[in-house]
Amino acid sequence: MSILQSLADRDRVFDFLIPRESPVDVRHGPILYLEDVSVSFDGFKAINALDLTIDDGELRCIIGPNGAGKTTMMDIITGKTRPDRGQVWFGSRHNLLTLNEPEIATLGIGRKFQKPTVFEALSVFENLELAMSADKRVLSTLTARLDGEARDRIDEVLSLIGLEAARRRPAGILSHGQKQWLEIGMLLMQRPRLLLVDEPVAGMTEQEMERTGELLTSLAGKQSVVVVEHDMGFVRSIARKVTVLHQGSVLAEGSMDQVASDPRVVEVYLGEEA
Amino acid sequence: MNWFLKPATERSTQCFVGVLIAALAVVCVLNLALPVANPLHVSTYTVALLGKYLCYALLAVAVDLVWGYLGILSLGHGAFFALGGYAMGMYLMRQIGDRGVYGDPVLPDFMVFLNWDHLPWYWQGFDMAGFAFLMVLLAPGVLALVFGFLAFRSRVTGVYLSIITQALTFALMLAFFRNEMGFGGNNGLTDFKELLGFPISADGTRLGLFLASGVALGLGYWLCRAIVASKLGRVCVAARDAEARVRFIGYRVERVQLFVFVVSAMLAGVAGALYVPQVGIINPSQFSPLFSIEIVVWVALGGRATLYGAVIGAILVNYAKTVFTGVMPDAWLFALGGLFVVCTVLLPRGLAGLMQWRRRGARHDDETTGKEAMA
Repeated sequence: MSILQSLADRDRVFDFLIPRESPVDVRHGPILYLEDVSVSFDGFKAINALDLTIDDGELRCIIGPNGAGKTTMMDIITGKTRPDRGQVWFGSRHNLLTLNEPEIATLGIGRKFQKPTVFEALSVFENLELAMSADKRVLSTLTARLDGEARDRIDEVLSLIGLEAARRRPAGILSHGQKQWLEIGMLLMQRPRLLLVDEPVAGMTEQEMERTGELLTSLAGKQSVVVVEHDMGFVRSIARKVTVLHQGSVLAEGSMDQVASDPRVVEVYLGEEA
Repeated sequence: MNWFLKPATERSTQCFVGVLIAALAVVCVLNLALPVANPLHVSTYTVALLGKYLCYALLAVAVDLVWGYLGILSLGHGAFFALGGYAMGMYLMRQIGDRGVYGDPVLPDFMVFLNWDHLPWYWQGFDMAGFAFLMVLLAPGVLALVFGFLAFRSRVTGVYLSIITQALTFALMLAFFRNEMGFGGNNGLTDFKELLGFPISADGTRLGLFLASGVALGLGYWLCRAIVASKLGRVCVAARDAEARVRFIGYRVERVQLFVFVVSAMLAGVAGALYVPQVGIINPSQFSPLFSIEIVVWVALGGRATLYGAVIGAILVNYAKTVFTGVMPDAWLFALGGLFVVCTVLLPRGLAGLMQWRRRGARHDDETTGKEAMA
């Protein structure tokens, strides 16, 4: 049945003709495109007819009260959760709903979790080594060797995230803020086209927050960055465009000032803090 | 092949291989050079016993590879050990020829007894040593491949996987108990005469088997060290502690798990194959869930995720078992249970952990995750 439909639907080539490992096609602008996505858990609609478009090289902040569906949205994009309905495209060539987590990661979507998850038993250096973009099949991994170029890249990221001194230390004994940084570093090692960053400054000091903001804004342009954050001050300091989620769909979108003056937004979210 | 040579540069592997070679040499000298009357003489009986311990040690290393580094608590590794043992047993049965009780030139005694008139298809080829030794690797390897593929693809992990592995070995035990299976039923395979043309109970053969077990243990340990020290080993440890995270950085965790699981099953098969000629019998009790749990106790007592700890644990517990079952046969199971309790409560990192802890002093080092602490 679906084959017949795809035959009738000729606005693009057949799926099986598209090479799976082909580069991301962003000629039309958006790098990430979600249309009419819905998912419900036991009747609770976590995501409800969500439309979202992220342009190539954009830095986008997504805010919303608890339960607005921010993390579920990230789960859908990275292949952890399958939506009941809707379309998710990476560029205009890759249908993310047909791929699994490692395939999506290899395609160039990196994710930082809300709770920092680094590999605690491994050293900081090894954490970055594992994350590094490389041939990640089993036998290639078994025989993999670190060449000078790879070492340089790891050193580069180590200095970027300020953990040079801790390179040999097990990641498990890092402070909370350092773990957040290490996780961002692991994202960078993957050389992603799109970074999904869930609450990057939770548990950070004012100073660390500032450096994180600088890092994220410096990445935008080369990569697209989507930041989910609760800290309004932080969002205000980095955001050019903000999307407000509420009950699983987009409530408002625009610059921070536009959004902040939207009466509906004030009612559901900002009002609580003001 | 560079990854395979890496353990040569590690101190721990150098020590391990050195101690192993020295131990093998000492036993050989004490067995061959000293007269029987000398109190330091090592009897052939003891050599066979030590050879058995070495097979158990290799089995423990195989379990430690999947449990310590991959976080998969397999309660069914006895099944892979037994399959390797049965493959070797079938070869040894075919070597008996017409020297069996019934004197049939082709059929093993139990088949004559069951009035079978021809050899089942799955016994074909086992008269050739090369084929039989290949099956020692393939039989456990293929079972692990199929079982692991289904389990890891469905992301069955933790205690559920342990229960399924336990069920696997139990099911195989029930199957092998049946006479119709063609593996000798509850008597198993025994009454072996020759191995590669050497009489199986001769002193020289015993010593040769003991040395072969030692070499197999050394090579198996080396292979596991090479895997663990490679980038793949670090992926294993990462997947043990944060499986989802490893997927999000682009590794296919289920394939890593499958690869390591199959390697481990093959090592267990080799251990079983060397074990059978030394004890002279293989029967379905080797599939019993209790045996598989015992292996886990050896590894836990020796210390997980060290490999050499598994060797120490296997040898110590089995030595204790030999002594205890001789002195007080009824008390052994209580002693084993007690050991497990003591080790879980007082030595969560086993004997190897005790050694590491003494070396490192009071260094802060307790990042045991819930998965690791599960025993």
